[in-house]
Amino acid sequence: MHASAYEVLASAASGTLSSFWLLIVIPAASGGILLLLGRRADRWGHLLGCASVGVAFVLGLVYFFQLGGLPATDRRATLDLFTFIQVAALKVDFGLLFDPLSAVFVLLITGVGFLIHVYAVGYMADDPKRRTFFAYFNIFVAAMLLLVLGNNYVMLYIGWEGVGLASYLLISFWYTRPSAATAGKKAFIMNRVGDAGLAIAIFVMFANLHTVSYDGVFANVDRFTSGTTLALGLLLLIGACGKSGQFPLQAWLPDAMEGPTPVSALIHAATMVTAGVYLIARSNPIFDANPTAQAVVAAVGAVTLLIGCIIGCAKDDIKRVLAWSTVSQIGYMFLGVGLGGGAYALAIIHLLAHGFFKAGLFLGAGSVMHAMNDQVDIRRFGGLWKYMKITWITFGVGWLAIIGIPPLSGFFSKEPIIAEAFDRPGWAGWVLGFAALLGAGLTAFYMTRLFVLTFHGPERWTDDIKHPHESPPVMTVPLMLLAIGSAAAGALMATPVQDWLNPTVFGVEGGEVPEHVHLSHTVVTILSIAITVLGGLLGWWLFRNGTSLQEQPAGPVVTAARKNLYGDTVNETVFEKPGTYLTRALVYFDNKGIDGLVNGLAAAVGGGSGRLRRAQTGFVRSYALSMLGGALLVAVAFLVVRLG
Amino acid sequence: MSDAGFPYLSLLTGLPLLGALVVALLPRTRPALAKQVALAWSIAVLGLALATWFAFEPNGDRFQLRESYPWIPTWDARFTFAIDGIALVMIALIAVLVPLVIIYSWDEVREETGTPAKRSVHAYFALLLALQSTMIGVFAAADIFLFYVFFEVMLVPMYFLIGSYGGARRQYAAVKFFLYSLVGGLLMLAAVIGLWVLGGHTFDWQRLTEADFSQGAERWLFLGFFIAFAIKAPFFPFHTWLPDAGGAAPAGAAALLVGVLDKVGTFGILRYCLPLFPNASKYFAPLGIALALVGIIYAALLAVGQNDLKRLVSYTSVAHFGFIGVGIFAFTTQAGSGAVLYMVNHGLATGLLFLVVGMFVSRRGSALVGDFGGAGKTVPVLSGVFIVAGLASLSLPGTAPFVSEFLVLLGTFSVYKTVAVVATLGIILGAAYVLWMIQRTTHGTPNPQMAKVRGMRRDLSWRESIVVGPLIALLVFFGFYPKPLLDVINPAVAYTLHDIKKEDPAPSAQEAGK
Amino acid sequence: MEPGYYVVLAAVLFTIGAVGVLIRRNAIVLFMCIELMLNAGNLALVTFSRINGTLDGQIMAFFVMVVAAAEVVIGLAIIMSIFRTRRSASVDDANLLKY
Repeated sequence: MHASAYEVLASAASGTLSSFWLLIVIPAASGGILLLLGRRADRWGHLLGCASVGVAFVLGLVYFFQLGGLPATDRRATLDLFTFIQVAALKVDFGLLFDPLSAVFVLLITGVGFLIHVYAVGYMADDPKRRTFFAYFNIFVAAMLLLVLGNNYVMLYIGWEGVGLASYLLISFWYTRPSAATAGKKAFIMNRVGDAGLAIAIFVMFANLHTVSYDGVFANVDRFTSGTTLALGLLLLIGACGKSGQFPLQAWLPDAMEGPTPVSALIHAATMVTAGVYLIARSNPIFDANPTAQAVVAAVGAVTLLIGCIIGCAKDDIKRVLAWSTVSQIGYMFLGVGLGGGAYALAIIHLLAHGFFKAGLFLGAGSVMHAMNDQVDIRRFGGLWKYMKITWITFGVGWLAIIGIPPLSGFFSKEPIIAEAFDRPGWAGWVLGFAALLGAGLTAFYMTRLFVLTFHGPERWTDDIKHPHESPPVMTVPLMLLAIGSAAAGALMATPVQDWLNPTVFGVEGGEVPEHVHLSHTVVTILSIAITVLGGLLGWWLFRNGTSLQEQPAGPVVTAARKNLYGDTVNETVFEKPGTYLTRALVYFDNKGIDGLVNGLAAAVGGGSGRLRRAQTGFVRSYALSMLGGALLVAVAFLVVRLG
Repeated sequence: MSDAGFPYLSLLTGLPLLGALVVALLPRTRPALAKQVALAWSIAVLGLALATWFAFEPNGDRFQLRESYPWIPTWDARFTFAIDGIALVMIALIAVLVPLVIIYSWDEVREETGTPAKRSVHAYFALLLALQSTMIGVFAAADIFLFYVFFEVMLVPMYFLIGSYGGARRQYAAVKFFLYSLVGGLLMLAAVIGLWVLGGHTFDWQRLTEADFSQGAERWLFLGFFIAFAIKAPFFPFHTWLPDAGGAAPAGAAALLVGVLDKVGTFGILRYCLPLFPNASKYFAPLGIALALVGIIYAALLAVGQNDLKRLVSYTSVAHFGFIGVGIFAFTTQAGSGAVLYMVNHGLATGLLFLVVGMFVSRRGSALVGDFGGAGKTVPVLSGVFIVAGLASLSLPGTAPFVSEFLVLLGTFSVYKTVAVVATLGIILGAAYVLWMIQRTTHGTPNPQMAKVRGMRRDLSWRESIVVGPLIALLVFFGFYPKPLLDVINPAVAYTLHDIKKEDPAPSAQEAGK
Repeated sequence: MEPGYYVVLAAVLFTIGAVGVLIRRNAIVLFMCIELMLNAGNLALVTFSRINGTLDGQIMAFFVMVVAAAEVVIGLAIIMSIFRTRRSASVDDANLLKY
């Protein structure tokens, strides 16, 4: 542990690095231009959209090497552009931070993002709203970059909600479909639940320290009580769970597949959903200070990775399978950041590798859907390898990478996390380790099922499909590049990425080899390869001859998995239904109760005077009588006062 | 007497009133002329307001541009005008909104009423200018009697705007609005008289802040003012007039009603309740916070359940006023500045939302959510603007309301943790009602009934884009750079908190005392 | 003579007048009953004036007479015009001024 080891380094950006704010501004400006110009930009909008991200990627590379050129101890650059909010003790700068952690994210976001942008040019070619799509895409990239480049939690929060907005707009991009509109709304609201947690975490930091900057908070972590760090850790975890689709806020992510496939690839696989991992990795001094919070993060990761795997096995929709596999893979990353220490870097490496192979898989799925008239049911695919060779090969690389076959990237990034899980002392090590190992087997099973059912076995196509065709080069070239990335990302373990991240960001000294508590590293490696191969073979053997075309009745486990382990049902019965009833009851109460009181008062006055005016009969003699009565009353009162 | 050299404030108050007279006296046969004159006049007022903005010294005295003229010497009531930063930003907000509302109302007045307007067009624009005059007056007044007079007179133009140019239930709504406000005004009148009697026979704000009251008297006087302001704001449970008024008023008037007129309530609490009755304010602060907090959650839930767009937006405003109320009564600089900033931002955001909803309603001829559906297909740009307005209303970062909501919650958290946490849940509900509204109106397949209406195929017009453009630009600008507003607001809030002798809590984490 | 008797007489006259106003319908009779009540009042005023030895009561009586005279003029005119339009002098037939 290295609590309170955080040192604030003098780090004002200089030279080339002082312009790294351009990374955010360029895509944001492009998105703004595309939205403001409207239809006038229809013809060239997608080109501008791609170019802006491409430029950002090139700039990112330049800054990356600039940063690498600095000595390891002060490898970070901060930039305070202007004062954002200043009220008494609160001072929030519009400040950015470029350090090794942000740098790798910048490269992932702009690099993979650029490829997906290019792919989308082809994928969205026939959509009349392609320009709008690229505008939203650019806004997403800008917000995501702000998220990872901010130097305080408020900047992160702005980016955080910005990507949520982009995600909402893009999920419900085909808004005429009610399911897409509903999915977008669901994503935004469940994200907001997480956002509320993050917001409260920021308030806790301010109340305790009167600062919300990373440096200010991390340097003073030892001033927090352990209760405060636990609260902070859990609140940040809620935020991370919302954004990353982790238990218990996982339900929105599979529904998010209603959006166009490039959206699923970029936002809901490669970048945005990993923001939760970034948040926890970035806040590592807080988590390191509280082992309980770390344990909760690891537990959430383990539970989610199993949930994702189990549901992934039961789904027949190609994008949903991939979505649940994303949930599960991010579970591995959470497990990694929850383990702390050297595992932070492992989680980040898994995140990068996942960015490549999951983006490739999603884009491959999009290519398949393109060929199959936008169908997504893997029961109606089969035998496609003959017709779309490039998609087949690239998808195959992604498949082998995600299940962790050496020497592809998934093996190098996932297996160390499993090993680290086993290294945790006590029974927790066994539980986390076996959960991770079981997840690896299940992943191999359902991904093989997906691959075999889609590309091999008999052709089970619907009648309207005659000749599936390969996608145009604008789509296949990004596929190939991503496949190369998926294959090669494992090399990140060999390069000094760990050494690059560990000292500056995570405060872990290089060469620190953890003690193996339960199983030696070699045993874990053999076990994980064995279980992966076993799962893969099982998947191939069961589905080599295709599957039935309709959904078959199944036992309770499979039924539960098909129904997303009743996650939606729980949400519906615990929140939606009571919420609806509460709303209706309150509307009734407001109209009849509060407004009823107001209107009742008015009615009482009106009704009372209505009664009273009946006394005005118009008959002179009744007036005379009442006058006489009044006079008598006065007289009597007078006498009583006088005599009594 | 004017220590400003130039009588900015009396001109700002008087000029629109003069404009109202001029517009009203124009020949009835030429409605177009009335519109042009009204627009030109309101732009002139905007120019004057800008000049006022620059004449105001952010770091100068608390009250500036003071003018004082004798009025009723026997009561020591004077025409005293002076503004602090809070009043300045509100006056600027009015000056910005009124020209936009006039442009918005250019062709809407007749359509809104359904049948050909019984009342003349130029009366509508004259009333708008008269409303502007009284609203500026209420913020500029520094004499309590003068404030009270503006507070009540303000109702009159709004009453006619709702009652004569409103929707189906306009009579009911107008009378309810008027009576409700009048009840509050009456309580305030009693308190004003009490203040005069107990506070040394003067209406001068400055001298009254120095007066000492017994504990009981101070609490009663506080309540007299507070209830009037709570009705005006409106806080739960005095809010039921707002959905009716907002639902029945023409959209332009509704934007001014919710955007500015209601802010007199929260402004009044800051300017009168807190400095005049500091001890009672502290005593009743839990009550204020409780009402505001209930309002946040309660009104948000009600907004989810509404079927009428304008009523829905009105309920969202009640929830937002809850945030402002929490910010005021938390008594920290962050929360207080956040509350004042919220008043401005909410005026821009909800003003925009009301105007956009008005564009939808006048096209469709109905405000019922069920009469819409899939409007994104038929009027894409207008729907996009609607989404932007909705997102600003749910305080998305990057739009101005985020800054204010963030400040309110952050400032509240350091003193009332539970309150801030519950209020933060309000932002989830905020997302729920806005997105639910957007989904039911613009998403989905186009409602066949709606698609048949000719208006629903007419996208954002040139005139309408002039209305929404500046508002969106301001919302985004202040979303990223709220400094110009905060620079003006912060000193005023600091003075107010100094009046009630409250200081911000120190950081709660202990110094590293190893 | 004992002044108390005059007071009793005034009370009796007033009661007769009041009962007459309440039970009779004819406007003219009503009118005369009102005159009776006014004059009962006058009698009481003069009596008390005598008892107290001041002139205040007598002055008041003059005022009452003047008012009564004016009232007769206006009242009769109203009765006449109502009779012309409605062909009736009954006060129960005229109740338009209600609610």
